[in-house]
Amino acid sequence: MTLRVNDLKVYYQTLRGDVHALDGVTFDLADGEIMGLAGESGCGKTTLGKSLIRLDTRMRHVGGTIELDGKDVPIADDKAMVPLRYHEISLIPQYAMSALNPTRKIGRMINELLRARGVRPVDIADELRRRLELVGLDPDVLNRFPIELSGGMKQRVVMVMSTLLNPSLLIADEVTSALDVSTQRAVAESLVEFRDREYVKSMVFVTHDISLVYQMADTIMVMYAGHIVEKASASTIVNAPRHPYTQMLISALPEVGTTTDQGRLEGIPGTPPGLLNPPTGCRFKDRCPLAFSKCSERPPLVEIEPGHWAACWKTG
Amino acid sequence: MLELSHVHKVYRVGAFGGGRLRAVRDVSLKVEPGEVVSLIGESGSGKSTIGKMVLGLFKPSSGSITFDGTDITTIRGHTARKAYYRRVQGVFQDPFSSFNPIFKADRVFEMIRSSYFPGVSDADWRERVLKAIGTVRLDPDNVLGKYPHQLSGGQMQRLLIARALLLDVDLLVADEVISMLDASTRIDVLNLLADLKERGLGILFVTHDLSLGNYVSDRSVILRKGAIAEMGPTARVFENPLHPYSRHLLSCVPQLHRTWAEVDAELAANPPDHFELPVAPDDESAPLVEAERGHFVGIDQG
Amino acid sequence: MSEIAGAPGTADAADAPEPTAERKTSEVLHFAVRNPKLLIGLGIVLTLLLTGIIGPFFIDHDPNEYVGPQSQPPNGEYWLGTTSFGQDIWAQFVYGLRSTFLIGAFGGGVAFVIGTTVGFVAGYKGGIIDEILNMLTNVVLVLPALVVLIVATAYLDVRGIFVQGVFIGLTSWPWAARAVRSQALSLSTRDYVDLARLSGRRTWRIITTEIAPNMSSYLVMSFILLFGGSILIAAGLDFIGLGPSNGVSLGLMLESAMKWSSLYLGMWWWFIPPGLGITTIVGSLYILNVGLDEVFNPKLREL
Repeated sequence: MTLRVNDLKVYYQTLRGDVHALDGVTFDLADGEIMGLAGESGCGKTTLGKSLIRLDTRMRHVGGTIELDGKDVPIADDKAMVPLRYHEISLIPQYAMSALNPTRKIGRMINELLRARGVRPVDIADELRRRLELVGLDPDVLNRFPIELSGGMKQRVVMVMSTLLNPSLLIADEVTSALDVSTQRAVAESLVEFRDREYVKSMVFVTHDISLVYQMADTIMVMYAGHIVEKASASTIVNAPRHPYTQMLISALPEVGTTTDQGRLEGIPGTPPGLLNPPTGCRFKDRCPLAFSKCSERPPLVEIEPGHWAACWKTG
Repeated sequence: MLELSHVHKVYRVGAFGGGRLRAVRDVSLKVEPGEVVSLIGESGSGKSTIGKMVLGLFKPSSGSITFDGTDITTIRGHTARKAYYRRVQGVFQDPFSSFNPIFKADRVFEMIRSSYFPGVSDADWRERVLKAIGTVRLDPDNVLGKYPHQLSGGQMQRLLIARALLLDVDLLVADEVISMLDASTRIDVLNLLADLKERGLGILFVTHDLSLGNYVSDRSVILRKGAIAEMGPTARVFENPLHPYSRHLLSCVPQLHRTWAEVDAELAANPPDHFELPVAPDDESAPLVEAERGHFVGIDQG
Repeated sequence: MSEIAGAPGTADAADAPEPTAERKTSEVLHFAVRNPKLLIGLGIVLTLLLTGIIGPFFIDHDPNEYVGPQSQPPNGEYWLGTTSFGQDIWAQFVYGLRSTFLIGAFGGGVAFVIGTTVGFVAGYKGGIIDEILNMLTNVVLVLPALVVLIVATAYLDVRGIFVQGVFIGLTSWPWAARAVRSQALSLSTRDYVDLARLSGRRTWRIITTEIAPNMSSYLVMSFILLFGGSILIAAGLDFIGLGPSNGVSLGLMLESAMKWSSLYLGMWWWFIPPGLGITTIVGSLYILNVGLDEVFNPKLREL
């Protein structure tokens, strides 16, 4: 078992109080698993991705543990996390294009990064070239400045950079949302290739786009308002979801070939609850057509069939 | 109703404007009343530029854009422009940037009132606003008197559509109106566009997402590097894509129930009828060829 | 808004009862009353301003009149002593403060009006208008302003502080124009500006109601900097003898102190008050500005 997250709670501190962005999140990630982490904006998916590697100054670890390869990950302790970053856990940020220092050539930037992590660049130079070629980049990009590269190329450079030390866990946060569809497919497929070649052991792919994650992930975990609502294999989530939220979300997505002539799709009425003072119990209950009295208690995330977890009193 | 004829937009770029950037190349298309036309393209395809030119926010470098017979590029003066905006309105991509953050959201309605209906009484105006808000299926209590940050993206986009409805619009330019919205509210805005279409509005729907373009539109225009790659009835363009670029896009867009591998196999199994793509005689023009009735295919730009 | 940007779930309507404008004001106030730079700068500027406004009412003679014994160090009757001619330095100082603030407000005001107008029009209109205005701005920017001022003021026989203010204003607006232009340029690409155009609004109304309010903090800070800048330029002109030919200012006090060798005579009470006065006003204006920047700009706030 690569990653084991147990009852993780991370709150955002604001002037008006704590925002309960992650409120008791428990899941496992197996070796070699690519997990898509999907949900709408504000559901806590990006917070979860960040929490696994680095809390920013406004995020506070309130409770719960994270274990990677059997070792505890001390996320609240920024110093203790330093040796883990890149070596064990790595992140491709949402705006990788702006993560690159515009005044440094790519090669120099990578060398500096490696030295800072205690790795001699020469030891790894061949591997670096091999991987650049694998993602379809000419190793010549090392002698170029970030501004000379397109968005998709920069995204791939960051991908290679963050996985160069073969981390156990890679977190990819909305890495393709700023890219055009054709580049998006190439980047997504390279990520799968990285897993297949064991450059990374397992991966959390954070996205709002379920149809994209369906293409590349083994499992999909759906979050809603700081809670996990459902986790199952990608095809189960898309074809046979059990949680009412997932069901409604999937059926609200138009596909290539769906038109209004075949009947209208329906959205989910209402808006997600605010997380400053979140409601008790199931957080979807106000928008849920199946809600009943028991929903004022928080439904636990239970395994309703092998490999398929859902947090709903109606599915349990 | 709306007709673009050989529209070009060329930007001068670089020091002293020496370079040329061709944003829109020889685009001709029509939007009829009660029709949704999707402009589909990736970044740099010129789709948003076309939308902004139709709204008169940019001027085309050459070619004509006519609305009910009047060339809008020749509209001069504030009064004439105001008259045009009474019939043609736009909704933009980012609802959060469409509202001035320091004012209440319903100020967008007040602006319409002060510009177009200064004589209307308060009660009468309120009735009109409530009617427009009802049309976009919003609860007035939830949206009136609120500040933009208190509203969700979906509510804001619907308010902006309601704003357009206060005028007697015939044409709505919807520029990526749902790309910033969450999946669960996206579809409501799309359905609303479909309602408006049934009321006889013409809609120019600009999007980068094939599946969204597909859901509401009667005709689709696929753009690449400023020129039309393929244009025709939506069903034909999606079932029988003829241009290599359209096929490429279809193979890349992630679909919900079909994996990329399955789509690749499907496309490979159904090669397009052998078809000669038109060739551009120069760098400027982009001729189209009618492959079947109303289904046009454009040049291949590599 | 800014302090919670990025935190999930905060965009929700239900738990945000107070409207933005109010909350923004209260939020700015919240940081303002906790910002020592702002409070100290503002305190000093206001104290000096009040001294300049109220002080002259308690002085019943002309500040340049020879009222007392000559070359007296500060004492009970003449708080800041007297000049070699027996002028009351305290009286000169408070009148000088008044005219210093006037020149700051007037010169800064003229520069502000020209600078923001040019900046807004250039940034909003773009294209050829932008290029022309930009060229004009750059020309004025590279003019050696002090030399122009010296030549211009030297030709005027009667120089009041308003004439001086106009000249300072006419030469010091370019950087404000550039700053405003760049802001207006980025704000005018916002969708709500396009929507205002689609609502049939005229250009000047779009600029004043859509663009300017969104950069009010920026405008306030520009004005403060122009204000301080005018005071410095005026002091420089006064010091080289090109100040108002009638009246009194801190710069003129410095000039006469130097002219009549107060330094050699050890009459520190003659040159220190005006020198310190100018330095303090301009210094605290800059501190005030840094403070305002921290208050308005969430990135600089220390949470």
